[in-house]
Formats: sequence, structure tokens, C-alpha cells
Amino acid sequence: MSVTADDVRRIARLARIAEPTDRIDTLVGELNGILNWIEQLNEVDVDGVEPMTTPVKFPLPQRVDEVTDGNCRDKVLANAPSSDEGFFVVPKSVE
Amino acid sequence: MSELFKLTLSDITAKLKAREVSAVELATEGLALCEAAQPKLNAFTAFDADKTLAMAKASDEKLAKGEGGLIEGAPLAIKDLFAVEGVETAASSNILKGFKPTYESSVTAKLWDNGGVFLCKTSMDEFAMGSSNETANTGPVNNPWKGPNGEMLTPGGSSGGSAAAVAADLCFGSTGTDTGGSIRQPAAFTGTVGVKATYGRTSRWGAVAFASSLDHPGPFAKTVKDSALMLQAMSGHDPKDSTSLPNELPDFVAAVGQSVKGLRIGVPKEYRVDGMPGEIDEVWQKGIDWLKAAGCEIVDISLPHTKYALPAYYIVAPAEASSNLARYDGMRYGNRVEGTNLNATYENTRGAGFGHEVQRRIMIGTYVLSAGYYDAYYLRAQKVRTRILQDFEQAFEKVDAVLTPSAPSAAFELGSKSDDPIAMYLNDVFTVTANLAGLPAMSVPAGVDKDGLPLGLQIITPALDEETMFKVGAAIEDSAGFVAKPDNWWS
Repeated sequence: MSVTADDVRRIARLARIAEPTDRIDTLVGELNGILNWIEQLNEVDVDGVEPMTTPVKFPLPQRVDEVTDGNCRDKVLANAPSSDEGFFVVPKSVE
Repeated sequence: MSELFKLTLSDITAKLKAREVSAVELATEGLALCEAAQPKLNAFTAFDADKTLAMAKASDEKLAKGEGGLIEGAPLAIKDLFAVEGVETAASSNILKGFKPTYESSVTAKLWDNGGVFLCKTSMDEFAMGSSNETANTGPVNNPWKGPNGEMLTPGGSSGGSAAAVAADLCFGSTGTDTGGSIRQPAAFTGTVGVKATYGRTSRWGAVAFASSLDHPGPFAKTVKDSALMLQAMSGHDPKDSTSLPNELPDFVAAVGQSVKGLRIGVPKEYRVDGMPGEIDEVWQKGIDWLKAAGCEIVDISLPHTKYALPAYYIVAPAEASSNLARYDGMRYGNRVEGTNLNATYENTRGAGFGHEVQRRIMIGTYVLSAGYYDAYYLRAQKVRTRILQDFEQAFEKVDAVLTPSAPSAAFELGSKSDDPIAMYLNDVFTVTANLAGLPAMSVPAGVDKDGLPLGLQIITPALDEETMFKVGAAIEDSAGFVAKPDNWWS
């Protein structure tokens, strides 16, 4: 499998990265280089093999569903690029 | 150059305890040393002298009362990936530039509980994506070790600043994170000891996420014993990390110096790769001979899926990264670049905030997770990951530890691999398997090459058996008698 310039634009859009207009050709080359190199995984016999998602061998721990943290609005907002009156200020997203 | 900072962590904590030196004196000197070295090494990203001195003062008060933790009063350098309350934590990325956490990462909180003193934040590859520290937004870190003709070398990556800080005797230990080799490869390149424990021993909470199922926080230190002390002080169960191991911590320090007699050491034939310098092979053979002389039984083993580890990693890690890094949208924290609508704001923010390597990996991750490619790439890579774990499980039926080189070369010149992503990725060929399998692994300095540059050996042990790793590591350290130091050109 290989990617084209249009694929790179589509992937950038999916990843919400501004279209790297001046690097499209470079990226096509680099991504194809990496993807071709990855192709060697097709040599491995994985029939009947379970996929591994984590090295942890115990089930996900659970806790009581109760509030353990909070009342720290100013801390939450401390690094906001824009905030006002205790709220995050974000671009308009609903017309 | 300070004589005190040439001491090991174990020795300085003994001196602090005996009140031969105060923590405030030490911290003051540490700040001055780092400040003087910064224009040369470019290893640091942030200081907070008030915080450092306040912590040191608190340590002195404890020590004066005969109290204090495992590493009370020792100044430590912290990779810019760990949230330190009130100190800029940017993962060496422009998207987080200026971010000051209002909380403390679990690993650093444990270090401070055990008496560690915050000295500085260290530079790294952006979001830990790199093997040379060249993707840092503040530029590359220079290895304290120079090339034969004075060339500036990489300290390795991604934890390059932390490795350089220990190698240059600017701190008594430092933290790193290892997702594919980011502690062990820089340790090998700088003549320091680097450790990652079993996945889940050290908490990931408050450490900027790269690839969650592969990220292992761990220490850099000057000696194997120091590395055990650092690991002891930073590990343990953390309810805030759902993958944190609930198991009781062994006494890592006690394992150092214990006999290795009778241990079975596996030597995997697949770790002899094409184009590897003969000196790497030679140091590996020396390691084998030392362990044999110490009474170990050497066993030839096979880890047949080794060559597939890196390609599998370069699917799994970018996939997890593309998901983890989706949080940097410029809304709640980090830097925002406005656009004409919401999507344009996201795109501009991420286009401007992420460097090229990070964008490349997010794009690979996005691609392998996208509709129609998930099974062919991501699912297959996860199955190959199982195969790699099975290789180790089968090997550990016959051996107690595996001995390999840490990296396929010594430190290379800055700029020499930055145009070729795959050549750069191949740096992690020996280290990445232990991340995929979640196993304890460490790099110990074992010798120098013809240019006098350090080379490391790697020890890998079964999950939860860090003690055997430390035993074997200490045996290698004893036999190697590695005392080489770079000439001091940075202070």
C-alpha cells in the first residue's frame, strides 16, 4: 500500500493538522518509506494470535463511583489560552 | 568543577545524613553548575531557584532532626515530560510552551517524598519522539562526550538532557521515560546507567503521554546502585494510573552486589545485526566472558521475531500517540492559533504547535487507525507484539536474564541522521522489544570504542524480576570497571 499527495492531505485533515502545503511531496516520500518498511510484518504468521493491547495482566481496577476531586476552578483555568469570568473562551462552534 | 557533584547519589546522601554538607549548599552549587553549563550543553529547559532552595532547606531541617527519606537532600534533574507544580512543563514542544502545571506528577511526588530536591527540567525530543534530542523545540542537547575531532555528538534521545546532566556531573540522578529505548539508548551514549522497570512499576500519572501502553518512566544514574536507589524512590502503586502495578516493591538496592553464580544468561543470536560495528560485538563478548567468569551459565537463545519489533512499534506507538495527542486542541491549555472557524483553529493550532517529527508520527498513527487500514496495520502489529512477548516467555523458561548490546552504535554526530527517519528509528532496534513486552531492562556502561566513546550493555529480565536485572547489572559494572569520563568543557 502506498499513499498519494491527496492521501496526505486527507490524513492531515483527519488529524486536524493544517495542510503542510510546502511539505506534501516530502511527506509522501517519508510516509511511503515508513509504510513500505512496515510491510515486512506481513511475513509474520499471526493466525490465531490474540492482539496485545497492554503488558498488564490484571483486569482494569475499579473504584466506587464518587467525587474524589474538584472545587479547583482556578487551577483548571490557569493554563487556558483564553478565559473569562471562570469559563474557557472558545471559538464559536454552533451557528 | 565541584568535587561534591562528582560523587555518587549513595555517597552524597551519606554525606548529607552525616551533616558534612548541607542540602542548601549542594542545591546552590548545583544551580550554579547547571547555569554555567547551559550555554554549552543546552540540556535544560527550566529552573526555579526559589523552589529548589526551599526544598533543600526543608531537607536540611529534616536531616538536622535525624529524619529524612531515602535520597534526602539530593538535587535531581527532571525530564520535561513530568509535571512539576509551578514549573514550566512543555515536553519540549511549542504547543505547550509556557504551560505551568497546577499539580505534580506521581513519579516526581514520590521522589520529593523520599527527599529528592528539584534542580531543573531537562530537554528532550518533542513529546519523546526521537532518538537524538534533535526534535526538541529548544534545539539539540550536546553530549558531554565529543567526537575524536571535537565533533558535537548527540546524547541520544528522547531523554537526552537527563542523560547529559548525569554524565556531566550536574546532578545526582535524573528521570527519563522509555517508550522504545529513550532511557537506555541515551544512557549507552553518555556512559551512564539507565533503567526502565516492569511496565506499571512507575506511574505514568502526570507524565505527558506519548504511547500509553509502552511508556515507562525510569531513572538515569552514575552507578547501578544509584539507579536502584532512584528506582526505589520513584516506583510504587498509584491509584491514579489504572495500569499501575499493585504488587509490593522489592528491595532493589539490596539486590545490587548479590552473587550471580548459577544464573543462566541468554544470548540471543538475532541481536547481531548487519552493519553493526565490530566494537559492539566485542563489548558484548566481553560481557559474556565476565558473566561466565562470575559463575553464570551462558545459553544461546533465539528470539525469532526480533526483527519485526521495530516495524510493529512504528505502528503501535504512532497509533497511540495520534490518539493521546488529540487532546492538544488549543482550547483548555496550550497555545492556540486562531482560524476562521473552529476546525481551522484546531488545524492552525496543531500545525504551528507540533514539530515535523511529531506531525509525521501523528499522521502515521491516524493513517493506520483509519477506516480500511486498521486490521491490515494496527491489528496485525498488535498480534506481532504478542509474538514478541511469546519469544521472551519461551526464552525465560531456559534463562534468568538476557544480555544484549544497548544500541547498534556509539553516540553519533548531531545532524548525521536527521534526514532519514528510518535510519534514526533503527537506533532503538535492541531496546524496543522490552517496551513491547513490558519487561525490565537496563543499560550499563561496559567499555569504550576506538574513539573513546562509551558503549553499553543491556540486561533484560522477566516481568517483576528487577532484582535479577540489578544483580547482573552490578556484576557487569564490577567487571567492566568503567571509569572513563568526558573532558570537562562545559563549566
